[in-house]
Amino acid sequence: MKDSSKDRIREVSNTTKGGGKPRQVSVGRGDCWLHRRSGGARLALSVGLVLLIAVAALAQKKDSCVDCHSQMEGPLAEPVGLMSGDIHKSRGLSCADCHGGDASQDDPMGAMDPRKGFIGKLKPKDIPGFCGKCHSNADFIKKFNPALRVDQEREYATSVHGKLLQGGDGNVATCASCHGAHGVRAVNDPLSRVYALNVAETCAQCHAKGDYMKSYKIAFDQYDKYKLSVHSKALYERQDLSAPTCNDCHGNHGAAPPGVASVANVCGQCHIRQSSLFSASAHKPVFDAMQVGECIQCHRNHDIFAPSDEMIGVDEASVCTTCHNEGDSGHAAAAAMRARLDELGASIQNALDILNRAERAGMEVSRPKFELTEARDGLTHARVLIHSASLDEIDKVIAPAMAVAGKSHDAGRAALSELSFRRKGLSVSLFFILFLAAVIYLKIRQIERRASQA
Amino acid sequence: MRIEALRLWLDERLGFAALGELARKKEVPVHRHTVWYYFGGMTLFLFVVQVATGILLLLYYRPSAETAFESVQFIITEVQFGWLVRSVHSWSANLLIATLFIHMFSVYFMKAYRSPREITWVTGALLLFIFLGFGFSGYLLPWNKLAFFATKVGTDIAGVVPGVGHFLLRFLRGGDDVTGATLTRFYGFHVAVLPAITTAVLGLHALLVQKHGMSVPPGVDPATVKRMKFVPNFLLRDLIGWILAIGILAALAAIFPWELGEKADPFAPAPAGIRPEWYFLFMFQTLKLIPAKVLGMDGEVIAILAFGLGGLAWVVVPFLDRAPGDRRRSRVLTIAGVIVVIYVVAMTVYGYLA
Repeated sequence: MKDSSKDRIREVSNTTKGGGKPRQVSVGRGDCWLHRRSGGARLALSVGLVLLIAVAALAQKKDSCVDCHSQMEGPLAEPVGLMSGDIHKSRGLSCADCHGGDASQDDPMGAMDPRKGFIGKLKPKDIPGFCGKCHSNADFIKKFNPALRVDQEREYATSVHGKLLQGGDGNVATCASCHGAHGVRAVNDPLSRVYALNVAETCAQCHAKGDYMKSYKIAFDQYDKYKLSVHSKALYERQDLSAPTCNDCHGNHGAAPPGVASVANVCGQCHIRQSSLFSASAHKPVFDAMQVGECIQCHRNHDIFAPSDEMIGVDEASVCTTCHNEGDSGHAAAAAMRARLDELGASIQNALDILNRAERAGMEVSRPKFELTEARDGLTHARVLIHSASLDEIDKVIAPAMAVAGKSHDAGRAALSELSFRRKGLSVSLFFILFLAAVIYLKIRQIERRASQA
Repeated sequence: MRIEALRLWLDERLGFAALGELARKKEVPVHRHTVWYYFGGMTLFLFVVQVATGILLLLYYRPSAETAFESVQFIITEVQFGWLVRSVHSWSANLLIATLFIHMFSVYFMKAYRSPREITWVTGALLLFIFLGFGFSGYLLPWNKLAFFATKVGTDIAGVVPGVGHFLLRFLRGGDDVTGATLTRFYGFHVAVLPAITTAVLGLHALLVQKHGMSVPPGVDPATVKRMKFVPNFLLRDLIGWILAIGILAALAAIFPWELGEKADPFAPAPAGIRPEWYFLFMFQTLKLIPAKVLGMDGEVIAILAFGLGGLAWVVVPFLDRAPGDRRRSRVLTIAGVIVVIYVVAMTVYGYLA
């Protein structure tokens, strides 16, 4: 076994016609080319090989872009400073992988030689194509993240930003405007400028600037209005990352304001039931004919507040009176809907009040209290059904919910009357108990008096 | 004539005339400490209430994690006077422990455990542990949130006992955690094991009380002390106490119904302010206050060992006292008893205020 390396036997398949036994070939020490050299030559060759490997390793690690720019000051040093959190850097890419050039060269002219593909600071019009070189290449991107989409560049071309850029406007947002040029972070990184909690601020960098937006003749109060909205409260106060921010309604790479016809589709992505009820309602053709945005007509667009029952009906705060006037059937229906909601809300509150009173008195009412959630669900459902604009549909939900609330109220009343019965029963029982104790006491006295007399 | 004939027939076979004779001869010493004699009978009466209401609850109670809470809820909301039976059972259990403590400490301070009543004391001390067991096992049975976590904490403490802790914890829980298996097990202890042991120990305790009669405390001269007949004088006074106890139980049940709380959820976080029933609170509070390490040893282990030794010492108190026949006061034991009472009361109050 010791000599197995000296005379290794290699089996080579016999390729001669007709087959036969495999041919055996001996590969001994004397056959190897290295072993035929003298000892000095072998040493020189080994040292050379080691040096070659060391030089290759050093050349691979050398990044003259970083080496030089990290020594500089101001904007020229900034890209290197931002690289520490950069997703590209974390995937093993460096300056030359995007900007080209030869990072192994110490000489700046050699390193930034255009003949070696060096591209310096990019013009805005070139940025989408520049990023798209990799990000539109599915074969390349899947090596790093197979789930990452590769249609951003094409989507961008359909956006208002993209169209203006194609028209020669260099002031519009490009990839780097939102993601940053250097220090690009993953979307789910909380420090990313496009992380859900940071999107509105990123968009506001341009869209909240009045002088910047003036030339485009668009409003610049969207950010301030959004911060007042129920969506903003959910996102920032409850830290609910599923709550919508700018890109959830406008799109991100294909950003565009939804047109009147598509507003309902945008809202309907989350508010599915409300959207489908509205689409089937009598309001839909009227809104279409009037060319008004469906949802935003009542709920507004950026400053969308939490809906309340006050929005329904014919009071001053109602949105129904925007279109309906006293005397028309819609006006009467709005008043009736509000009355139904108020009636159910009051019934639930009454039932809850009486159950709480009974509970505070020590009565067990957890079951009717639990059943009351069915009435609350009914109220929520009825509020959603307002979008159907049908009093009949609302009544179908209100009636059973009212019955549940009534049953819970009855259970509360029964608990209170049971409590009263118990207390009366206790009074009567205590009277007899004390009477019996007094009789026994008198009996004891009588017995002891007789005993002392005897 | 027929009734008289029946009485004679029964007497020939059962000999209850002898019992009547015994009752007529039985007397109770009358002195300034006589009032403490009533607490033994009161404890026994409350035990009878527990047995009666417990049997009624058994008619509807279903011992499993899925049904226990709902069955108690059904008892207090749907069953006629179920609320009364359940509340009386819970209140009576607490009053029973309270009267048991009073009875025990009165016996201790009146030195009623001295010869020849040593075995009476030992059986009484055993009854204390049995009734604490009733309280601990019964507390879990409604399967509500507080009871669930209190049992978890209580059995955790049992698990700290050196040597047998792990076995004890698994034995009590029927596994590593408090689950439906624990509930079934506690139910078994509560309605079968403990009642069987109680019947034997309580029977012996009552028999010995009858045999030796009421003890006269050291400060009172047994030769000159006044005496009253047990039947009817003392028994009728006992009866007044029992009737008033019924009134108190009824009032507590009607005015302060025993709360059911929320159903236990093993996956829910433990609610804040978990603490055991008041009669375990002094031990619980001690465990909370003791430092993690005392003289290099685990503080919790030391406290548990100390309570174990204290309980053992309490059982053998008659054998630590003066020689039989010595009627002098035992100052050391009296002071020790006062310290125990102060410690228990102070720790209990502190446990509620903390």
